[in-house]
Amino acid sequence: MSKSTIQNPQSRIHLKGGRVIDPQNHRDEVLDILIEEGRITGIGAKMDNARAEVIDIKGQYVFPGLVDMHVHLREPGREDEETIASGSRAAAAGGFTAIACMPNTQPVIDSQGLVQFIKSRQIPECRVYPVGAVTKGSLGEELAEIGDMYQSGIVGISDDGKPVTNSNLMRRALDYCRMFDIPVISHCEDKFLSADGAMNEGALATKLGLRGIPNAAEAAMAARDVMLADLTGGRVHIAHVSCAETVDIIRRAKRAGIKVTAETCPQYFILSQEAVIGYDSMMRVNPPLRSKADVMTIIDALKDGTIDCIATDHAPHSSEEKEVEFDQAPCGMLGLETSLGLCWTHLVERNILTVSQLVEKMAVNPARILKIQNSIEPEAQANLTIFDPLSEWEVDPSKFRSKSRNTPFKGCKIKGKAVMTIVDGHLIKI
Amino acid sequence: MKWNKKDLLDLESLSAEEMNMILDTAKSFREVLNRPIKKVPILRGKTIVNMFFEPSTRTSASFDMAAKRLMADTVNISPKTSAVQKGETLLDTARNLEAMKIDLVVMRHSSSGAPHFLASRIKAGVINAGDGQHAHPTQGLLDMFTIKEKRGGFEGLKVLIVGDVTHSRVARSNINGLLKLGAQVSVCGPSTLIPIGIEQLGVKVYYNLDEAIPQADVINVLRLQLERQKKGLLPSLREYSLHFCLDKERMAKAKGDVTIMHPGPMNRGIEIDPDVADGERSVILDQVTNGVAVRMAVLYLLSGGDAPLAEAIKKEA
Repeated sequence: MSKSTIQNPQSRIHLKGGRVIDPQNHRDEVLDILIEEGRITGIGAKMDNARAEVIDIKGQYVFPGLVDMHVHLREPGREDEETIASGSRAAAAGGFTAIACMPNTQPVIDSQGLVQFIKSRQIPECRVYPVGAVTKGSLGEELAEIGDMYQSGIVGISDDGKPVTNSNLMRRALDYCRMFDIPVISHCEDKFLSADGAMNEGALATKLGLRGIPNAAEAAMAARDVMLADLTGGRVHIAHVSCAETVDIIRRAKRAGIKVTAETCPQYFILSQEAVIGYDSMMRVNPPLRSKADVMTIIDALKDGTIDCIATDHAPHSSEEKEVEFDQAPCGMLGLETSLGLCWTHLVERNILTVSQLVEKMAVNPARILKIQNSIEPEAQANLTIFDPLSEWEVDPSKFRSKSRNTPFKGCKIKGKAVMTIVDGHLIKI
Repeated sequence: MKWNKKDLLDLESLSAEEMNMILDTAKSFREVLNRPIKKVPILRGKTIVNMFFEPSTRTSASFDMAAKRLMADTVNISPKTSAVQKGETLLDTARNLEAMKIDLVVMRHSSSGAPHFLASRIKAGVINAGDGQHAHPTQGLLDMFTIKEKRGGFEGLKVLIVGDVTHSRVARSNINGLLKLGAQVSVCGPSTLIPIGIEQLGVKVYYNLDEAIPQADVINVLRLQLERQKKGLLPSLREYSLHFCLDKERMAKAKGDVTIMHPGPMNRGIEIDPDVADGERSVILDQVTNGVAVRMAVLYLLSGGDAPLAEAIKKEA
């Protein structure tokens, strides 16, 4: 990838002849879009504005800007792995116009001042929405000042990376967040069950001699959290769903009218536990890569809407930390720069999801859950992703804009790529 | 047949032919161990690094002795004496050693897959001397060597592995090797120490030792790591001993010619009674002797030994 270029938002932009996919307005047609001073001023067939810069996007798609609701930016604390700026550039390169960053930085984002710090470090390439911690220091002992953080701009709360073990505290968090109508994003993991596990529990873990993490470690806590959402009327969002049992719990909770939403990540519908054979630490993630049957269930759950969103859980790690023995490597992989292409290749090209459904999972639903403005309509802020479905490319981590390189998809052939984004009117050519 | 593998990482990746090649080569070296001068100069000029990142007495001594009896130069590294103490990564340690032009690395490590990690990143051959709870191929081979020596072969032989199978790399290597050579393998232990999905490796599972013993031709007793009780996997060592200790009473239920094995070190009175460990059916000390011969064979083959062994020994002597 070459370096992105960015134009100032005062430009008038005329997007000409793109196929506009907007599931919110049931739109799938070839249209022109006019953007002036950062806002959409016109949508229609063959529009004209002599003063605008015309960009011919015939054969390309226009999506509402993609939103990744689960990203780790590592700033403050581990700026060697990622910063708010480098993560934002990586997001832009992957076609995202908004990202929500998790609070498990050093220090943990658990106060108004730290939320403001994140906001102050934003760059025009991507909107960054902080997620605040559920508990002070994410220690699971006392609620953080959620209201104060909400006023500073958080879009949800989470102790991501750590489960809220204390059920009563989780109940209080869900109850308290009703006042602000923000979700509690739950990292579902029973730490007693996952213990020292390094991969999915089962015959393969037995064979490889790696300690296993059972599906129940995730599902047991997901079950608890939907029950607490039912009890309180609060909104729970289940992060990085990896297994069939959790899908079943979410499906039943949704049928019962409980306010539960869920996300999964590309690794959970593209890779299975067999990728761990060979002990490549790039494959170490939490939750772990699951069985092929789980992978099929995740795909079904994407199709039937049980899983609302595709997030990345973008987790940058330095190569010296990741290039070690499998069970000593930190969990996590990058996602921002590969997610859209991987999803297109594995879901749309294989007719698992329609283009419109993919846009729902990657743009519409995450924006709805986090209450981020993100629609293609007159007077709305212009946040758009322009996507070339025919572009073929190979994942080359040395060209990533992220500061880290930890992807298991190195060398993968991908079809489909974002070619530009528009963020509050800024045109970013990728 | 020519040996063509750079590394010995596990028995799963070896064919039956390759395992038999190691066992046959070990037989020649076993004879060398009976000579008054127990040395052959066939690895003279080769340098072997023993990297033991976990405590070990018999395996590290056995490898060191095997190398010395082939007259290779050896360097022994332990975590306490290595730069790992200073924060150096495993990979950097190995790359630095490799820059000193070594031929083979023998490695023990607490992380499953650590030798695989190293083998794919350095040019020197890597021999797994035990990784986490994954594999201990030379222990598996020396067990098979001992079984072949005592029982004549493997076809149809019934081998029972008793104890903490979950955490045992010895058990996994035994299972992989023995099944491939035609033996039938069963495991027996408390259900908390039998790993999920072990049946899928092709073994039968018993939870009652008294039921399992009568069918066995060979019983391989595993060491119970005493910290398992603290981790909640066992109610007490006393209870474990009551249900799973191979004692005289249980031996009465075994076949008259049963072979008793143990990879060591033993917890006498917990998994095996002294009467049995030191009894006439025990081949535990033979395993230790055979271990040197098997490791000589492995070092020889991985160092490029491709001429018929007897000829090689004669030529170099």
